Amino acid sequence: MATPLIDFQHVTFKYHAQAEPTLHDINFQIFPGEKVLIAGASGSGKTTLLRLLNGLIPEAYAGDVTGTLKLRGRDILSQSLFELSLQAGTVLQDSDAQFVGLTVAEDIAFALENDDQPVSKIKAKVAKWAQRFGLSERLELAPQMLSGGQKQRTAMAGVLVDDGRLLLFDEPLASLDPAAGNAAMDMINRLQAERDLTVVIIEHRIEEVLRADVDRIIVMSDGHIVADDTPTAIIQAGILPENGLDEPLFVQLLRRSGIEVAKLDHVADVQLVSVDDQKHAIEQLKVPVKRQPVLPEKLVVQNLNFGYDTHEALFEGLNTSIRQGEILSIVGKNGSGKTTLSHLLTGFLMPDSGDILLDGQSVLQQSIKERADHIGYVLQNPNHMITKATVYDEVASGLILRHVSSVEIETRVREVLSLVDLDGMRHWPIAALSFGQKKRLTIAAVLVLQPEILILDEPTAGQDATHTGELLKFLTKINQQSQTTIIIITHDMHLLANFVTRTLVIVDGQLLADTTPAELLANEALVKAASLRTTSIYQLATRLQIDHPEMLNAAIVYENATGER
Amino acid sequence: MNNLFGYKKRDTWLNQTTGTAKLIGFLALTTMGMLSYDTRFLLFLSIMAVILMQTAHIKYHEYALMLKLVLFFAVINLVMVTVLAPQYGVSLYGTRHVLFGNGYWTITQEQLFYEFNLLLKYFFSLPLAIVLLFTTNPSEFAAGLNKIGVPYKVSYAFAITLRYIPDVQSDYRTISLAQQARGYEISTKAPLLARSKGAVQIILPLVFTSLNRIETISQAMELRRFGRESKRSWYQEQSLSKRDGAIIFGSGIVIIIGVWLLVVNHGRIYNPFK
Repeated sequence: MATPLIDFQHVTFKYHAQAEPTLHDINFQIFPGEKVLIAGASGSGKTTLLRLLNGLIPEAYAGDVTGTLKLRGRDILSQSLFELSLQAGTVLQDSDAQFVGLTVAEDIAFALENDDQPVSKIKAKVAKWAQRFGLSERLELAPQMLSGGQKQRTAMAGVLVDDGRLLLFDEPLASLDPAAGNAAMDMINRLQAERDLTVVIIEHRIEEVLRADVDRIIVMSDGHIVADDTPTAIIQAGILPENGLDEPLFVQLLRRSGIEVAKLDHVADVQLVSVDDQKHAIEQLKVPVKRQPVLPEKLVVQNLNFGYDTHEALFEGLNTSIRQGEILSIVGKNGSGKTTLSHLLTGFLMPDSGDILLDGQSVLQQSIKERADHIGYVLQNPNHMITKATVYDEVASGLILRHVSSVEIETRVREVLSLVDLDGMRHWPIAALSFGQKKRLTIAAVLVLQPEILILDEPTAGQDATHTGELLKFLTKINQQSQTTIIIITHDMHLLANFVTRTLVIVDGQLLADTTPAELLANEALVKAASLRTTSIYQLATRLQIDHPEMLNAAIVYENATGER
Repeated sequence: MNNLFGYKKRDTWLNQTTGTAKLIGFLALTTMGMLSYDTRFLLFLSIMAVILMQTAHIKYHEYALMLKLVLFFAVINLVMVTVLAPQYGVSLYGTRHVLFGNGYWTITQEQLFYEFNLLLKYFFSLPLAIVLLFTTNPSEFAAGLNKIGVPYKVSYAFAITLRYIPDVQSDYRTISLAQQARGYEISTKAPLLARSKGAVQIILPLVFTSLNRIETISQAMELRRFGRESKRSWYQEQSLSKRDGAIIFGSGIVIIIGVWLLVVNHGRIYNPFK
């Protein structure tokens, strides 16, 4: 057998700032030319593992390591971050923050500049890699002018200029829409084949990563490796759901149809999985796409016109209505007006003309604060919202500013906190909360004002399946208990498929479709326009020539929305 | 392009000149100009600066704000000099030609001449600064700083600040709006005290998001070996051309003239009153 590129034996690691070790007795090997997915829920230790590989531990994060860690047979701990960076290139999760150059060209050149290479040589290399990643036309552009996918490609090029043979990806899908995520996976796949790279991907979105044909999945949970096997074996064994990870949608469908997944060959590949004889069983699952009953109109957008630039209109005569108590999602590719629309609804932006009616009354004369009493808005980044030091104060601040009596504040805050499962932590400093907890806290701080409409911008970004599940459970609860209308801006496919009842597709300011997620995700043209992708269920249905694939999508939607997740 | 400070691609010879040469020229001219109180020399520099400004094709509206700010400071500066030291010109030039007024408030030709010299200093340095900032790519500027001896970590700090200013601005806007939704009035509707309280609420999240950002950036930079070598090359660095040589040579001549005037005048001032 070949010698391993990466070799971890009995590795245990504890951050100095923490009492308990984050990694326990980790053993694994990765061989040259392999493509390995390290999957796990948040807090499972997968990011810590990556930091050990690229040298951020111990240089940026101090801690105690025991065991042996080797890269190409050399002890990792005896090498500096700089030495390691020449062997293992890291693409960070946030490709925007990773972008340190003023332009694409300078960002790709960054590592070479730091090596003090001659400028002529740098320019040649930048040109070569920019061409390979389709960035040649964009070398002069600033990061603000690029899409998420282009930023990530710049980050990849900026790491590959080193000609390293090992690439580490920290959640490459986190900041991309599904279409760009797909393209990134294809790109990783192609690069790996062309240049014989070894690729390690840290992710929790299994359905998307499987597209890159990974050779092996290492599943982590609570700092332990709980499985290390081929994707087929991992899915057959049903290990993913036990560890807070979502199985691919088509596997969820197969399980529901009673097919014995544990015995299926090629079960990780929707194009190869041997279910040709089971077509009938799968077809049995079809359910009619549920149309939502016609509910009274809550929020009406009338003939809305808006443009950031006086010469260029984004919305021209937009008309739509949002109904009382529904769960609606707004999808569309980045920069096509989803967030702009929610900013218009909340008063962050003012329309050029047209009207927005809440219960038949125009809200345009109301200030942001007044509108917030009816329309709550939860931003994507919780750090943009949090201003107080403790959990309780954060939630109470909106009520204090509205001069609510202190007795009532106490009851309302406690009530909302128990709803989001943070009541036990109400005296905690916010700095001690995890990202997911902060997210729930910001939702609580908005909910406490008892808005009739709740707008959530990418609520599942940075959350694993367990946290997403908890979030959806509690959104369902407030939707049912207080008839709160919920609007979700998202490109999370699982969220769409499993939770939402109605979807607006907005592309370049145009309302392209007003439909159900089940139908949307089975419509290739719409999916493409919205920068989404079809579900693996749809792909399976196409392969087996099952008509009306939306009825299979629907099976997953309603099972999950009504059953417990 | 990142056009903070007004850098734009303009097709002029000043744009094509390297940042290093322009920086050397700027430093040479401003240092000599600040040292000297020789009116002839300052007039010469002012005329040159205005000509440079013309050839750089910078539109008035692009630098209007900067111009107004500097003029405002210049006027305040001159007024303060007149108020605090109305007889400074007399002691400087050693003669006394009274124009009007008496006692403390006697205004002399010497005083006005001295203040005219001060004004000229603003007059030549502002166009030079505008030309430098508006015609030099920020990264090239950083490379230029590094080339003339500023450590590269410091020079890079300049470029990286420009890189992240737009992000911080957008964070600021988002946070401000979110806090208004929470109930802090920042609009003009609210009284001043409430508004300043509201503004404080933006600072905390802004500091936290910025700190987070800085942590990620510094990791991203280290992962690509920033700080490993004692030297670094610059993608935007241009090799010096003949024209750059000419500019550096010209700056040398200006320095020589300046120094020569210091010698001839027996000091920094040119005295027409003797």
